[in-house]
Amino acid sequence: MKFTEEHEWLRAEGDIVVVGITTHAAEALGEIVFVELPDADTEVAKDDEVVVIESVKAASDILAPLDGEIVEVNEALVENPGMINDDPQEGAWIFKMKLSDPSEMDALMDENAYKAHIA
Amino acid sequence: MTDLLKTPLFDLHVSLGAKMVPFAGYDMPVQYPMGVMKEHNHTREQSGLFDVSHMGQVIIRAKSGDTRDAALALETLVPMSIAGVAINRQRYAFFTNDTGGILDDLMVANRGDHLFLVVNAACKDADIAHMRAHLSDACDIEVIEDRALLALQGPASEIALARLSVDVAAMKFMDVVTTEIMGVACWVSRSGYTGEDGYEISVPNNKAVELAEALLGMEEVAPIGLGARDSLRLEAGLCLYGNDIDTGTTPVEAALTWAVQKVRRTGGERAGGFPGADVILAQFDDGAASKRVGIQPAGRAPMRGGTALFASETSTDQIGEITSGGFGPTVQAPVAMGYVPTELAAIGTEIFAEVRGKRLPATVAAMPFTPANFKR
Repeated sequence: MKFTEEHEWLRAEGDIVVVGITTHAAEALGEIVFVELPDADTEVAKDDEVVVIESVKAASDILAPLDGEIVEVNEALVENPGMINDDPQEGAWIFKMKLSDPSEMDALMDENAYKAHIA
Repeated sequence: MTDLLKTPLFDLHVSLGAKMVPFAGYDMPVQYPMGVMKEHNHTREQSGLFDVSHMGQVIIRAKSGDTRDAALALETLVPMSIAGVAINRQRYAFFTNDTGGILDDLMVANRGDHLFLVVNAACKDADIAHMRAHLSDACDIEVIEDRALLALQGPASEIALARLSVDVAAMKFMDVVTTEIMGVACWVSRSGYTGEDGYEISVPNNKAVELAEALLGMEEVAPIGLGARDSLRLEAGLCLYGNDIDTGTTPVEAALTWAVQKVRRTGGERAGGFPGADVILAQFDDGAASKRVGIQPAGRAPMRGGTALFASETSTDQIGEITSGGFGPTVQAPVAMGYVPTELAAIGTEIFAEVRGKRLPATVAAMPFTPANFKR
């Protein structure tokens, strides 16, 4: 699993990458009450605002971690946004994307580097 | 930046694991480990303890010794019947300015030989200066610095507080008493700002932690932060000064006409005589151009303060703005309030809010969003 400075995690599944937010981010946001997902089959560039998450406190944007195409979104989150608090790094994945350049994953943080980043 | 002030409960908040944030110059708990939503629900279902010691506590005494003279003096600053507040009763009030705007909202209690006021933290210095400037001929103004203020809110609050004082169970909404709690005289009112039954307790600073710990030791009671306080008051349709009301909104525009007693309105025995009376009383007679209303978003997206409102999905003219909004944990949906033109203020009117560049539908809705649960 890889991590971004924006508190997203990425997990490769074949040529697809699954993306969500970290446990640390979910805890910092507080109880999540609203998720707005992009359409599947959307071309995105790194740092595009692709998802809106609102907690009891505030709205936050989730940015595209890398260039690519969003191929699937987790529709279950729309009806049950609190899943992100309950299971942020597994069941509450947010979208899946096909990277333009899969090798860009290598430059992201590993778990130890992310732990140091949030320490 | 100046140092943040601390209430007598600061160390207790920290020891309870609160997340502290700056609020009105004080370092205050925004939430505890329970989290905003559970704290909100706990208050609606059980009893929540809030530290509201940042708020201003002020005593006004008439120089004549007759509290009615203090009440009549205060009536020159507020459009309420203060002389009509019976002994051991409390009333919601607001200071107005010369243009009919609202300087602050407050509670006024008649405690027999004096009036007791609770004002907002962010406004208290200005309020005190305002009262000293205008009331000093007739009254002595005493700022209470040696007392904390706790709010205990929610349906189990009576059971909890009655363990410490038998006097509080018989109180009705907006009653005030002086009662001994844990060996000290506390000034208790049956009121609050959550839409729930409950109490506000003015307790000497040196007993505040002991009282808070005694209440928190009861199974019904949990500590509640400012985050849940905001969602509770929003669902209850109650205004947050500085967001929903300010110097640019009149009581009529703010839909607070219920708080202005008939005796102060046109034709009343003590009509007018408060700042901005010409503007405010004219609006009582002729209406105002805009009105504060409840707003129920149609979808799940919260519409927060500052969101622009429109009459249709395509119109380019902004008609108003949301002043408070968020997710209502009890309603299980987003809720909001804001100002719209009076002709669009009827309950059920469809309006649109622009959220992240998109026009989302909403409906003008009755407030409160959750039924008030006061002990009448």
